[in-house]
Amino acid sequence: MSDDTTRLFLGLVAVLTTASLVAGVLSWRSTRPLPATLDNLNARIKAWWIMVAGISAAFLFGPGGVILLFAFVSFAALREYVTLTNTRNADRWTLLGMFLIVIPVQYYLIWIDWYGLYSIFVPVYCFLAMPALTALRGDTSRFLERVSEQQWGIMLSVYCISHVPALVTLPIPGNEGRGLLLIAFLIATVQGSDVLQYIFGKLFGRHKVAPNISPSKTWEGLIGGIASASLLGAGLYWLTPFSPLEAGVLAGLACIMGFFGGLVASAIKRDRGVKDWGHMIEGHGGMLDRADSLVFAAPVFFHIVRYAWT
Amino acid sequence: MRYGKASLLQKASSAALAGLSRAVTGVRPIWAGVKPNGPQRIYFANHASHGDFILVSTCLNPAERCRTAAVAGADYWKADAVRRFIAERLLRTVLVERNWVERTADPLAVMLAALDAGESLIFFPEGTRNMTEEPLLRFRSGLYNLAAARPDVELVPCWIENMSRVLPKGALLPVPLLCRVVFGEPVRLEAGEDRKVFLDRARAALLALAPRKDGNHP
Repeated sequence: MSDDTTRLFLGLVAVLTTASLVAGVLSWRSTRPLPATLDNLNARIKAWWIMVAGISAAFLFGPGGVILLFAFVSFAALREYVTLTNTRNADRWTLLGMFLIVIPVQYYLIWIDWYGLYSIFVPVYCFLAMPALTALRGDTSRFLERVSEQQWGIMLSVYCISHVPALVTLPIPGNEGRGLLLIAFLIATVQGSDVLQYIFGKLFGRHKVAPNISPSKTWEGLIGGIASASLLGAGLYWLTPFSPLEAGVLAGLACIMGFFGGLVASAIKRDRGVKDWGHMIEGHGGMLDRADSLVFAAPVFFHIVRYAWT
Repeated sequence: MRYGKASLLQKASSAALAGLSRAVTGVRPIWAGVKPNGPQRIYFANHASHGDFILVSTCLNPAERCRTAAVAGADYWKADAVRRFIAERLLRTVLVERNWVERTADPLAVMLAALDAGESLIFFPEGTRNMTEEPLLRFRSGLYNLAAARPDVELVPCWIENMSRVLPKGALLPVPLLCRVVFGEPVRLEAGEDRKVFLDRARAALLALAPRKDGNHP
């Protein structure tokens, strides 16, 4: 494992160094002040260095570190989400419960590897308990809307995202002790697909996929990004228990789900009249702006692998 | 009460509070009409939560935070020993008596003493926490009196966004939500300007910083 981890880490550093060099040359040759796109590119690359450093640090602490990292991702994502929803005073207990009980319990269940409960804790128990708690407070104004928004938030920001660290618990024969690398594979391909879609879109983007939702999502970016990210996934097969072909197909599926995650997140932002979820990650926006693709990709990837490989 | 110097305990607790409020609210200052560093100021803000002045002070840089005190109601903060300890030892507050029938010290004199000692103030011109559906109550005359007495002090409007959802009246635990504080362009009292005209203008300047319906900052 340590050899593969080192290779992955060095590969990432090489990619980021190349990106920094290219952006540096572009900035050096550009007119001053820098155009907004280039300014944003520099900020994004700088943020990537920090994110890769953070994720690597979490991996050093093993599964516990990755679980804690994603509990934090859930906290930040849920906070951004709830900020944009309609909340009333009667929702306080439900909201506090989402942050103080649901997030810790969900990630603790993953830590103790209790698949039977962590796979239904949110969609069954929280699904029923949260509206009950809200109803007990008696405020019926916009009740359905408030309750639905809470359900969505907890599913997206906690349940779905928690399937990334849950990958480490999958008992895949022959893959013992390599669960973290499977997580690295998913993150690298899905995030790589976001970057590649961005690059293909900037270079060749002409035809918008959903002009009402996002002006930056184009067919050229989508097809180019997902095709190249699938190749990236195939090339990273050595991180996984899959053959190169299987790795490419799974990466492609995860990236298509990731695209839909980004699309749905954009639709929510458009509905609420904001451009970004927040400002936590310089150049990227909020945590959900970066994690929206993983939200959709992780549970599907998790269950396909669980069904076919365990 | 001594002004002008923050005790070690106050420095430590204000840094700890700033860290905590960042962890819960991820608060972001938006310096829309004024730079973070400037002359002595009165930051005047909308008020709906006990967290408000913590949020504003979190947005200030450490040096400015150390010379900035919040103006708060003595009737509330001196009501019991715990509150008294928080207000007088842990936080930097200028306590004024709002009930003019029973009061022993003139609130204006207390605030001017703090200003003369070099303090910047966080001031809530509505006089109390706003519990109505209105975005902003009518301003009391305090802001005008301060502006008239100390014309060199900058009056900076600060719109606090979302804190009333994080920690509404009566709540003990804060719900984590993202907050912003928008710092607008300073308001000046014009020569000979009428009290009511000035207060309306200051109130409009603060309201203008509130986010529009679409959630975007103007």
